[in-house]
Amino acid sequence: MLDFFIGHYAYWFVFILMAIGLYGMTVKNNLVKKLIGMTIFQVSIILFFVAAANKWGATVPVADRANGPIDPTRFINPLPHTLMLTAIVVGVATLGVALALVIAIFKRYRTLDENLLLEEMRKEDDTE
Amino acid sequence: MKTANYIVLLLFTALMIYASLGLPQRGDPYAPIHLEESPVHSPGASSYYIRNARRDAHTNNMVTVILADYRGYDTLGEETVIMTAGLICFMLLRRRKEKGSENA
Amino acid sequence: MKTHRSNPIVSLVSRMVSPFIMMFALYVIFHGHYSPGGGFQGGTLIAAAIILVRLSEGSDTAQLQFSRSWGTPLGSLGVLIYFGTGLAAVFMGGRFLDYAALHLAHHASMSRSYGILLVEIGVGLAVTAILVSIYDNLLEGEADA
Repeated sequence: MLDFFIGHYAYWFVFILMAIGLYGMTVKNNLVKKLIGMTIFQVSIILFFVAAANKWGATVPVADRANGPIDPTRFINPLPHTLMLTAIVVGVATLGVALALVIAIFKRYRTLDENLLLEEMRKEDDTE
Repeated sequence: MKTANYIVLLLFTALMIYASLGLPQRGDPYAPIHLEESPVHSPGASSYYIRNARRDAHTNNMVTVILADYRGYDTLGEETVIMTAGLICFMLLRRRKEKGSENA
Repeated sequence: MKTHRSNPIVSLVSRMVSPFIMMFALYVIFHGHYSPGGGFQGGTLIAAAIILVRLSEGSDTAQLQFSRSWGTPLGSLGVLIYFGTGLAAVFMGGRFLDYAALHLAHHASMSRSYGILLVEIGVGLAVTAILVSIYDNLLEGEADA
């Protein structure tokens, strides 16, 4: 039972973080808060991959002489680390695009509240 | 409306935690993603990388070798995505010289 | 745009720390073969050092360090270095991004090592320039909102 708990608690924290991100995206009305939720969601998925790459008693994936002979059970799986490394930087870049879109929306509608935005857009549709 | 949202969120968390019960132990070296051969007998990538990274590219850091050599196409794509994101930011927010086209 | 009020302590510390962060970032990029590091991490560190000065000194003074107009050209240059390394391998008779065909050293594995270094420099340059340019563009858009 304790083994099971130690082997799985990291996943549970990741899923709770995921739920927090989803809460930010679905419940909050402000677009910037939605973006914060999206970033938390993204980070939770990155943490999930990094947690899954772990091996008991293994070391960092650097084939240095100090780390002993090269044997797959002695090194952490390097593939998820690589994929997440690129995912983090791309995440920052896409967050920049999202913030730029939010600024463009604010310039045009002078609000970031979802309900007010929908109202404004409906009004515009009526006048056209 | 809000309560329905909260119920959906709780159900989501419960479902994900229930699904996590089927995951292998964290840190188990014999989990499917660490194996030499996957359960359907296709060769596993990660142990190939660990074995051959230093020999193939004369570089100690396996993550660097995978990033730039084995999966170079992937990184080229990612870099293009970053570049495109920068260009989109520039195009969305550049200060317009003429006053006529103010609405973005 | 909000007027920038300078604080001498913040200004001095960030000015002094910024070159050291860049130095460490260069170490991270060029030592990425032997320790955790590489182009993405080092590029982000350089961008952090540049943005630190922008935050403390105000964006207009910080143009002296890294001009606003350099962002897009340097980012394109980074992508071109990456793509050019791959294309050079094609012209030297190998496959795309096969650094062994570049013949940078006697052994194919050593040639791959140098090829990885070239690619990492390209990645670092692109990440630095694009992150700084995203910050600049967001600031510019916020200023006249």
